Amino acid sequence: MQGNVACAEGALAAGCSFMAGYPITPATEVAERLANRLPALRKEDGVFIQMEDEISSLAAVIGASWTGKKAMTATSGPGISLMLEHVGYAVGTEAPCVIVDVQRGGPTTGIPIVELQGDMVQPRRGSHGEYQIIAIAPSSAQDMFDHTVLAFNLAEKYRTPVFLMADSFVGHMREEVVIPEPEDIEVVDRIIAPEGFNSETDQGFLSVDVAPMPIFGRGFKSHVTSSCHTETGKRNVTDAYALDNFIRKLSGKIEKNRDDIVCVEDNTDGAEIAIFSYGIIHRAALEASAAACAEGLNTGTFRPVTIWPFPDREIAEMSKRVKAILVLENNLGQLLPYVKAEASCPVHFLEPEILGTMHDVERVLVKLREISR
Amino acid sequence: MNTTHDLDKYIRPSARRTTNCPGCGNGILAQSILRAIDDEKLDMDDFTFVSGIGCAAWIPSPFFYADILHTTHGRPIAFATGIKLASPDRNVMVVSGDGDLLAIGGNHLIHAARRNINMTVICVNNYIYGMTGGQVAPTTPMGLKTMTTPFGNLENFFDPCKLAIGSGATYVARWTVYHALQITRAVKTALNHKGFSFIEIVSQCPVQFGRKSGMGSTTAMFDHYKENAVNISKAKDMTEQELAEKIVVGELLNIEKPVLDDELAKLRTSFRERSGDAED
Repeated sequence: MQGNVACAEGALAAGCSFMAGYPITPATEVAERLANRLPALRKEDGVFIQMEDEISSLAAVIGASWTGKKAMTATSGPGISLMLEHVGYAVGTEAPCVIVDVQRGGPTTGIPIVELQGDMVQPRRGSHGEYQIIAIAPSSAQDMFDHTVLAFNLAEKYRTPVFLMADSFVGHMREEVVIPEPEDIEVVDRIIAPEGFNSETDQGFLSVDVAPMPIFGRGFKSHVTSSCHTETGKRNVTDAYALDNFIRKLSGKIEKNRDDIVCVEDNTDGAEIAIFSYGIIHRAALEASAAACAEGLNTGTFRPVTIWPFPDREIAEMSKRVKAILVLENNLGQLLPYVKAEASCPVHFLEPEILGTMHDVERVLVKLREISR
Repeated sequence: MNTTHDLDKYIRPSARRTTNCPGCGNGILAQSILRAIDDEKLDMDDFTFVSGIGCAAWIPSPFFYADILHTTHGRPIAFATGIKLASPDRNVMVVSGDGDLLAIGGNHLIHAARRNINMTVICVNNYIYGMTGGQVAPTTPMGLKTMTTPFGNLENFFDPCKLAIGSGATYVARWTVYHALQITRAVKTALNHKGFSFIEIVSQCPVQFGRKSGMGSTTAMFDHYKENAVNISKAKDMTEQELAEKIVVGELLNIEKPVLDDELAKLRTSFRERSGDAED
């Protein structure tokens, strides 16, 4: 199954019933699959709509989320750039949704079908203001299924937008994908405000423990604004104390639960050199690590599945056990500064010889030999 | 003596102060909308109001005691599209200004109209950017000096209703806030209309447009509306020259076309009939 198709199937398995999107290579297959599947849903009224652009796509997704639906969009870098204002809107109004970024070569229109891990920091800092975000990076077609389910579960649990940071390779590769029986898939649903919820007095926003969502259509008379607001959703744009509370509660919600959110695959036990990599490049790292071990270089791999919140503590701890970290990214070092900031050992970096391609294992080995010397 | 306004039951209890300037037309329009809902005996719990950014966005938000989504600048129709498709049984109404809906949000307006999605969009046209302090809008008359056209506006302007008609809206009307009762009637028609309804409300902004245009006070602007509004039934027989300085009001279009939310429902039904025992 193709990675993008696995993503669409994962969304359905997670309970997604609404997608709004705009065609863009290399993400379009997600929309095409869901355009076929969503109107045919039987248990729920499924909606697929191709909007007029990516700005309106995420807007429609957030609107649908506020009616209680699990909703998503899928795009690539240029679309993410257009969506960024509404990423902040979803954060600020605490509207769960999933945003799939099948990254392509940039800057600007770049190359649509060449993979680049070029948007890694964009979800974290792209929207204006101060906020926290969740982003996960799949490295296989199976991950495209599993991590889309995970993305919906995290979005629902924490009432926040979640990014799936795929790329052109992962999105377009065809691999075996095992789809578990529905009863074997863990699906999380948001906590909805209870009957009798009073939007004038009851808390529907700004709890680090995640406030119940006062969705539309239940007679809650919810007032939802992305402007600075109080715990009951009332606008306050005159008071720095209110802004401080607004920012700290939204970010605190993610920070307080970071241990539940952050997931890493740490295979550096007993290793002297750790290869840090994520997404498709982790496949090259695994191969390089195996080859290095075979020639006696004591190497292990460290893969952040969760990119944001950044697995800072996990890296700090790992860096105490190893002598050096080699960061592999298919870019010029987007997550490198974040690794350096946490590591107490030397940190090295290697991009592929040609950006937009995978790392050549021999080239990684040369670097590993150099580091071990 | 009961001093409570008969429409007060529709106002959010905690929203007791308006952000509107003295003399603003927003209050008249707010009352006309609520009067229509009251006359039709509709339940506010069946409504979702969506607004963008700008003075007009403050008509429903936070004042109407109903579900409200106060969105980003220019995008309320896009958010409303998601809400309507996800909950087609609800009345979805967008209230926003000419800058929000026609400039930054113009693309969403034309595509929602083209889709003929079943919602009501009320566009408050004060011919200027009010909230940000009197800058040129896509509706500003040519030649007018604003904060960003200090030597006079060099650009042609939009006729919002013609744009809506050209884009595929199926109910289009224009009134001024001088016509409070007619607005109520138009809102009622729009709420009962199947498809995309667009109502332009010409409204005075004495603080910005009144000053910049030299039209002056609220009452002067009201007089202007009263004297220059020409009903479409009469305007039909007038020349373009005769209409140059006039505001053509009334029901400009009321037709039927396939409605997006209905077509989607039909598609779903056809799937369910076809595959009685298929699974999701």
